[in-house]
Amino acid sequence: MTVTTRGRSAGLRRVPQYLALLAYVVFLAFPLLWLLSTALKTPREMALADPTWIPREPTLANFADAFGEQDLVGAATRSLVVALASSVITVVISLPAAYAMARYRGLVNRIAIGWVLVSQVFPFILIIIPLFMILRDMELVNTLPGLVVVHVTFTLPFALWMLQGYVRAVPAELEEAAAMDGAGRIRTIVGVVAPLLAPGVVATLLFAFISSWNEFLFALVILQDPDVMTLPLTLVRFTGPEGVARLGPLAAASLMATIPSLIFFAIIQRRLKSGLMAGAVKG
Amino acid sequence: MTATATRPAPPTPPARHARRRRFSRQTREMWVLMLPALVPVLLFSVGPLLYGIALAFTDARNTRNHETSFVGLENLGDLLTAEDFWSSFRIGMIWAVSVTGLQFLAALGLALLLNQDLRFRGVARVLAVVPWAMPPVVIGLMWKLVYHPDAGILNSVLGTHVNWLADFSLALPAIIVVGVWTGMPQTTVVLLAGLQNVPRELYEAVEVDGAGRWRKFWNITLPQLKPVIVAITSLDFVWNINQFGLVYVLTQGGPGGQTRLPMLFAYEEAFRYRFAGYASMLGLAMAVVVLAVLGLYLWRQMREAK
Repeated sequence: MTVTTRGRSAGLRRVPQYLALLAYVVFLAFPLLWLLSTALKTPREMALADPTWIPREPTLANFADAFGEQDLVGAATRSLVVALASSVITVVISLPAAYAMARYRGLVNRIAIGWVLVSQVFPFILIIIPLFMILRDMELVNTLPGLVVVHVTFTLPFALWMLQGYVRAVPAELEEAAAMDGAGRIRTIVGVVAPLLAPGVVATLLFAFISSWNEFLFALVILQDPDVMTLPLTLVRFTGPEGVARLGPLAAASLMATIPSLIFFAIIQRRLKSGLMAGAVKG
Repeated sequence: MTATATRPAPPTPPARHARRRRFSRQTREMWVLMLPALVPVLLFSVGPLLYGIALAFTDARNTRNHETSFVGLENLGDLLTAEDFWSSFRIGMIWAVSVTGLQFLAALGLALLLNQDLRFRGVARVLAVVPWAMPPVVIGLMWKLVYHPDAGILNSVLGTHVNWLADFSLALPAIIVVGVWTGMPQTTVVLLAGLQNVPRELYEAVEVDGAGRWRKFWNITLPQLKPVIVAITSLDFVWNINQFGLVYVLTQGGPGGQTRLPMLFAYEEAFRYRFAGYASMLGLAMAVVVLAVLGLYLWRQMREAK
């Protein structure tokens, strides 16, 4: 009964809903489409008075030009090195701590969780000034290791939070069963916990990678020499007072800088849905 | 846990002794496991935080050769009498409150739509996550292209000739729109998850009474969603008041300081004019304000819930 009445009124009721959905799609999509459109336009077209949505003579030249501009390749390489180093270090040092947080509850655990929350609330500016002074005394300003240290420190709380959740999802009974079978502590962790934890570790690794790849404020403060700047900094320097001629390559470079993050979100959405953990727990 | 599982026998004196030894071994083990994470956090996070709070009460300069001395509350006095601080503070509050509020309303609407069985919602679902996946710097640059006075699409569509980001009265609203666009995805995803956790039986119960959609929304959806709403709006507020990169890329605080959020103000004081002590006090003041606003908000919500 309810199904039929609902079905009849649905047609009319749905019209405003579809209009609202369309409005959202337009709002969310139009800047993205404009970025794409700008990336495909020739410098000559950029200079024309009345810009159009669809490029009159679409070109991929901007993508090629972007590679030649302002050491973008160098900046992307440095960003890659920094992001790889900080994500691996973050996971390596936070994995044992996450394990401890998940398995031994108590005061330390509560302090750690408290710190995770506090680190989300505090204005970075309060930390970045003394941090800059400390790094300057350690001769780490204007160096990539300096930035790696900072990225590791500030990705750590959330990485810990993610990882301890994944560890908690691995039932302690599994470890106890392995221990009863005579497996040592190390063998229990390597043989039983690690395989189950792998998806969580991958997700955390990707999260840390993207945080570092996208990060701007710390890089701005720590890297002042153009020769060591990471991709976000170089992209910002791209926009000078030169007018519209270089907007095309800028748009192309921006699109390329987004690719790692898009891959991350594509992967993580599948990861979150995978029922690997559920299977392990039930079995 | 392990002790009871493997040794079901009642604890005889030697067993108890063994358990105590095991406990201390566990504690030691825990510290060893925590150590690698603890060292960088203490060295580069807790340490600087305490150092920063101390700096706020000194006349420290961000230069190599400067004798730093303790000045008490002088920085706070300077801050509270500085007109540009108050204007930055006001702009920061307008920005954080309006972005958080608009973000919430827009996200709630989108989450409600996505929770319906509509066609094409897959497209909207993917689009709703894209801003989340973009580097803030790229979002800033992209919107700069949209707002560009000559090559931007906005003027072309509206048939106007406005320099959006350089206009004294339009720059702040313009960046607020970007803020909403940027932060909407997280809020939508969280609210959608909350919506999907509302038990269906609750709706069925009032449907028997013939409740309309509005009544269902007000009497069931909203109260059920409230903890999620409180949590995500609090987080959004904190993230927004601490926003830096997006606005730095869009306007650098201009025109004439019309979009100079507190974090941009502090950044300029610390790294352009090198007043480390003064900027630290600014950071400290902002932390206190954020904690106070958050505390008041959460306290009121909790009292209402009782």
